[in-house]
Amino acid sequence: MNRPGKNKRHSQYHWRNRLRRLLSPRTWLQLHASVALDSLGRMLRNRMSSIMTAAVIGIALAMPSGLYLLLDNVDRLSGSWDGQASLSIFLKDTVTPTAASQLVKTVQGWPEIGSVELITPEQALAEFSQRSGFAEALETLERNPLPTVLIVQPVTAHTRPEAAEALRDRFSKLPETEVAQLDLEWVQRLSAMLDIARRGVLVISSLLALAVLLVIGNTIRLEIENRRDEIRVIKLIGATNAFVRRPFLYSGLWYGALGAAFAWILVVAGFLLLSAPVAKLAGLYQSDFSLQTLPFQLLYLLLGAGMLLGLLGSWLAVGRHLSDIQPR
Amino acid sequence: MIRFDNISKRYPGGFEALTNVSFHLHEGAMAFLTGHSGAGKSTLLKLIALIERSTRGQLFVDGRNVTNIRARGIPYVRRKIGFIFQDHNLLFDRTVFDNVALPLIISGYRHQEIGRRVRAALDKVGLLSKEKLLPITLSGGEQQRVGIARAVVNKPKVLLADEPTGNLDPDLSREVMALFAQFNSVGVSVMIASHDIALIGELDYPVLSLDHGRLAFAETGAA
Repeated sequence: MNRPGKNKRHSQYHWRNRLRRLLSPRTWLQLHASVALDSLGRMLRNRMSSIMTAAVIGIALAMPSGLYLLLDNVDRLSGSWDGQASLSIFLKDTVTPTAASQLVKTVQGWPEIGSVELITPEQALAEFSQRSGFAEALETLERNPLPTVLIVQPVTAHTRPEAAEALRDRFSKLPETEVAQLDLEWVQRLSAMLDIARRGVLVISSLLALAVLLVIGNTIRLEIENRRDEIRVIKLIGATNAFVRRPFLYSGLWYGALGAAFAWILVVAGFLLLSAPVAKLAGLYQSDFSLQTLPFQLLYLLLGAGMLLGLLGSWLAVGRHLSDIQPR
Repeated sequence: MIRFDNISKRYPGGFEALTNVSFHLHEGAMAFLTGHSGAGKSTLLKLIALIERSTRGQLFVDGRNVTNIRARGIPYVRRKIGFIFQDHNLLFDRTVFDNVALPLIISGYRHQEIGRRVRAALDKVGLLSKEKLLPITLSGGEQQRVGIARAVVNKPKVLLADEPTGNLDPDLSREVMALFAQFNSVGVSVMIASHDIALIGELDYPVLSLDHGRLAFAETGAA
């Protein structure tokens, strides 16, 4: 075997080897996994301070997500009423029962109408005395003060606010009508209030996200300060900026994840505490409404947000402080 | 391997540490760098490792002009150089093994290969039995040898040593110098800054002598 050929083959082998080492996904994964585990190990060694940091992040993340979940529940509650936008038509005293049932028949012919229920003053009084506990007081009344009422349920196409309002106007023009009332109004007001509250939660969320960013940034800054010597030395023996940066970015990621887990526990615990009283209140309103937490969707969302904020916070700290440390 | 072409270094504040220094350390050569304290020995080594940058002149490392190299290229030049410091620069929160493994981890070597190479390097400096110890438990001479093992573990083309025997007694100093001669004999270029004239006199290598930042005297071969 002649030497030049052997040398050439050897150098080709050498280059292939180096290339394989650089491109091999296994080495790349190995490297990242070991850095990630190393960062986690470092956090576990400083257990107390890591837990405190994670708790601060957790509380900051729990507040907006808890508020958001509450809003979501109220929204769901009002949403379930949105569909049944009904009209209450109060008829004049002068309308006789026969005229009232005649009116019901006419109205049922209108295309907008889904169903009409007639409540006579007698029915209304019976129901009222039964429900309110004022039965004895009501018996002393000489005359039934309650009007005849039509409860009108429009077909689905006419439950939209504008269509429902048009329908109300049509009822107002009937000679028999005293007052036509759209039961949707307070739902609309509630939903307007919810919009404001949602805006408020957004503002609070952004502020608290900023706080998380600062907390993580500051924690990473301290960590960089503590490892100043190490950074100097590894830069001296040829570490790239990416290599120096990596453990700190993973630290940020871990802090974010840990904080998110903390926040999740807080929110779920809070909702568990609230769910019994809420169920009791809903029972008083004859509703089977119950609080919904969507525990796992919330966990993923929190983890995503926490890790993103952690990465971003440490990136900012690393960018600002790492370039200050140069070998001397 | 290392070529200085009329290099001057002026520190901020106006102090000129090196003035018009030119020399060429050939591939596989070994040379000493001497001079009184403050003559510019450390500055010269720091220029090679790109810790400091020259104010004038051209610097070549391994055939490449690195005078104006950008920051992102610096780590790759440093990986070709094994640097040995007077104060060791070891990390005291990790074992001897982990200290020596650092350059390999930085370069992204495989786990198995790291173990093999670290043990080979530690064996060469006679510290294989102490791989699991923390550097703080070692003597000054042993710490220095850990530093040497770390410098040679990724088989650099050049070894630079800044006063490697500064804190050692004469016997240990001789041992360390013999170690450098051994690396040189397998083709590594070596440059050692030292003011230990007596020890340098015992060994037969070219000597670069700095005097107030000027290359005053260059003996055989290296210049």
